[in-house]
Amino acid sequence: MLQQLFKFKGGVKPDTNKTPSVQLPIGIAPLPALLIVPLHQSIGGMPNPLVEAGQRVLKGQRIGGPDKWVSSAVHAPTSGTVLAVEERIAAHPSGLPTLSVVIEPDGRDEWIERTPLDHTALEPERVREILRDSGVVGLGGAVFPSHAKLAPAKSVPMEDLVINGAECEPYMTCDDMLMRERPEEIVRGIGIFRDLLQPQRVLIGIEDNKPEAVAAMQAAVHRLGESYAVVAVPTRYPAGGAKQLIRVLTGKEVPASKRSPEMGVQCFNVATAYTAWRAIAHGEPVLSRIVTLTGNVEQPRNWEVLLGTPLKDLVALGQPRPDTNRYLMGGPMMGFEMPSLEAPIVKASNCIIAGSPALFPPAPPEMPCIRCGACAEACPHELQPFEMYWFSRAKNFGKTQEYNIFDCIECGCCSYVCPSRIPLVQYFRFAKSEIWSRERDKNMADAAKARFELRNERDEREKAEKAARLAKAAAAKAAEKKAAPEAGKETAAADSPVDAEAAKKAAIAAAMERARVQREGAQPKNTDGLTVAQRKEIAEIEARRVPLQPEQQTAFDAENAENAEAQSSRREKQ
Amino acid sequence: MLSAILIMALGAVVLGAALGYASIKFKVEGNPLVEKVEAILPQTQCGQCGYPGCKPYAEAIAEGEAEINLCPPGGQEGVRKLADLLGREVKPLNAEEKPKQIAIIDEQTCIGCTLCIQACPVDAIVGAAKQMHTIVEALCTGCELCIKPCPVECIRMEVIEENIDNWKWKYPVVEIKRVA
Amino acid sequence: MTHYLFIIVGAVLVNNVVLVKILGLCPFMGVSKKVETAFGMGAATTFVLTVATGASYVIDHYLLMPFGLEYLRTLSFIVTIAAIVQLTEMVIQKSSPVLHQVLGIYLPLITTNCAVLGVPLLNIAYKYNFVESLLFGAGSAVGFSLVLVLFAGIRERVEGADVPVHFRGVAIAMVTAGLMSLAFMGFTGLDKYQ
Repeated sequence: MLQQLFKFKGGVKPDTNKTPSVQLPIGIAPLPALLIVPLHQSIGGMPNPLVEAGQRVLKGQRIGGPDKWVSSAVHAPTSGTVLAVEERIAAHPSGLPTLSVVIEPDGRDEWIERTPLDHTALEPERVREILRDSGVVGLGGAVFPSHAKLAPAKSVPMEDLVINGAECEPYMTCDDMLMRERPEEIVRGIGIFRDLLQPQRVLIGIEDNKPEAVAAMQAAVHRLGESYAVVAVPTRYPAGGAKQLIRVLTGKEVPASKRSPEMGVQCFNVATAYTAWRAIAHGEPVLSRIVTLTGNVEQPRNWEVLLGTPLKDLVALGQPRPDTNRYLMGGPMMGFEMPSLEAPIVKASNCIIAGSPALFPPAPPEMPCIRCGACAEACPHELQPFEMYWFSRAKNFGKTQEYNIFDCIECGCCSYVCPSRIPLVQYFRFAKSEIWSRERDKNMADAAKARFELRNERDEREKAEKAARLAKAAAAKAAEKKAAPEAGKETAAADSPVDAEAAKKAAIAAAMERARVQREGAQPKNTDGLTVAQRKEIAEIEARRVPLQPEQQTAFDAENAENAEAQSSRREKQ
Repeated sequence: MLSAILIMALGAVVLGAALGYASIKFKVEGNPLVEKVEAILPQTQCGQCGYPGCKPYAEAIAEGEAEINLCPPGGQEGVRKLADLLGREVKPLNAEEKPKQIAIIDEQTCIGCTLCIQACPVDAIVGAAKQMHTIVEALCTGCELCIKPCPVECIRMEVIEENIDNWKWKYPVVEIKRVA
Repeated sequence: MTHYLFIIVGAVLVNNVVLVKILGLCPFMGVSKKVETAFGMGAATTFVLTVATGASYVIDHYLLMPFGLEYLRTLSFIVTIAAIVQLTEMVIQKSSPVLHQVLGIYLPLITTNCAVLGVPLLNIAYKYNFVESLLFGAGSAVGFSLVLVLFAGIRERVEGADVPVHFRGVAIAMVTAGLMSLAFMGFTGLDKYQ
């Protein structure tokens, strides 16, 4: 296969450490005792829970419905009973909880009705909907909803579809094993993407340290009579970054201001293609994923794990060595430490690495930056990490943005090469999240200001309208008064202003009286002089409230009595 | 001597005329600085600065009448930004800095008097007369203006807790170790 | 022609008004916290200084000297400069209110900026003609702006640095200014080829 390859700048070559976990075929992880399925497993809107505690769910039943277009559905990974829909610790560096559906499997693994479809017979719009409702997201780790990437840009013709099988992170072999064992389904899945995007060519990029995967994919492409090019790309981290792989395969550089479809390229992970095929042709939503379990374990291996499996159940399969002290999710370059053994496996969990002090020694102390520029040479995005570091450290975020901190993909090359061992990526993450938070505050402030101004406008308008109404009423009254003396009574014209004033006073008094009665009516209880009807009404309201908060009720009553007293005294003052 | 006086007088007249003309020609209407200052203020409209809203405070700052450290919701960060914009010295906030809060109505106690709705400057409270009111949390700016008018004291402030959506990466901690 | 070039290069680099003649230090330390501000201040001073040198030459040669009133030089120059500064201030307030606010007191203080008075007086001492005076004025102003912007750039960076507590703020700025002054002394070597 002749294919001109291009180079991306920078990058590093860490030890790949991939061999231990490819010795055994993909194993099917046993059903855990409890599944904790977080609802928010993709980029975009938080899916709405569709089940409640106590409900029985079937395997593949939707438990979280997508919210808006950029969002993805979540499904029950097996049949069982929903124990709770509650906040549970998430697979997230913060260790904070997120809304999750807790399912107790019944062991029967009973499927919902599956309807295999042929995507060529469906409208493209329908295919995208099915993918969204099947929870197909980018399984390379970014978990961006795939259906949202499957609409070609209107202005630019789609030239290249890049399929990412590079898997450049050390230790990680889940895509490698998937390509070796299930290449045909991947190739068929790519067919769905190709039919939706209509690219001129399809390029499958695989790092050249995975010859078995390249051979398997080539054979599958050949067998299925497709014209995809399977290309072995040089092994260099981060060749698996979308922009880097696009650069290597097509020579196109995606500028910071554009997204790849605007350059006529789109990129998908091999595992995403696999799940898309399962979703369309088998009617099976995304319920599991291949996870590499490696590092400080006796038996490193790839497992097909149900989403929501707690980390402790997965790591038990690998028999971690006694000195294991932590678990990383993702690779050693970009991954983060799992906050707890209770945290579940999610769609983004491509790899779990058991770490020990020997395997990942604690970070050596940070030394001052000597401005050697090694980080700038290693940066695959041609940024200047030492400048971004300088200003992130000084919390001068405006300057970090001038140095394009948001183009940073946090690949970790700069930290890897830094001779002063500065955790550069951590500084960039800190700066980015600070900038985002400020942006949020700013947007909220702008919205608040807009509402404040609208409210002021409305107040003015209402005041003006009220004044106009009053003037009109007064005019009408005056006219009435004028008409009355004409009817017969001898009233001097000079008297009428006095009369009008008295009438006004009376009207005000009446209004005040009305208001007082109304106010008293508004008080729910404990006011003297209530009518029988009112008491009855209150009793009814109380009866409705009791089941809501039975234990608080007595305290609430006492408090309310006091409040009402205070309130009536205040009213008197008014 | 006379020539000296005459020449100086001539200079004064010419320069005076030029300046007088310029002051008419380059007259500034309003103060465009107000907008830039206002963009920094948090728009809670809380009045804690002593001015009736963020805009009047911005005007006062732009005029140089007000200190820049009077805005507690903006926090020390806001003071720093104002100092940066205006080239003034950073001063410590003149109140204690509170974490961001939102108001919560105890719906059991609420009597539906609508007083808080009228007090809310940003329309973040919904409800009608004699109906229970509630606060739209996403819109609440935490200005505390609704607490005072409530006749039954059913509104309280709650600190916004850290959750997965507003969680931030922390500043990297530099470990200091003894070498020997 | 080369003579004019020497006047300009000499004014910008070799005899830099701030770092070599040590004139106009007040805005040099005062408005050098941000590069944008320094640019604004540099532009304002350049304008004032260039116009002031031209105007003072005219005043000196056509008003004061014919009447033998050289003793009124300082007085009349200051009045002229003050008027030009006022004019500049009005223009800046109209065109860039933020810059106006940021420059703050330093803008009217251009009036008493010793560089602005010093350069016209030096012109007379050097017996420059009108064109030479203008070039010397403009050159000095460019030199002032140059070091102001350079200094602001350095200070922006120093802000992020780990400066020992007692050196923070003006102290480290003074040290920096001293080092810059040393560096500018290197330009004296250009003299050799004059």
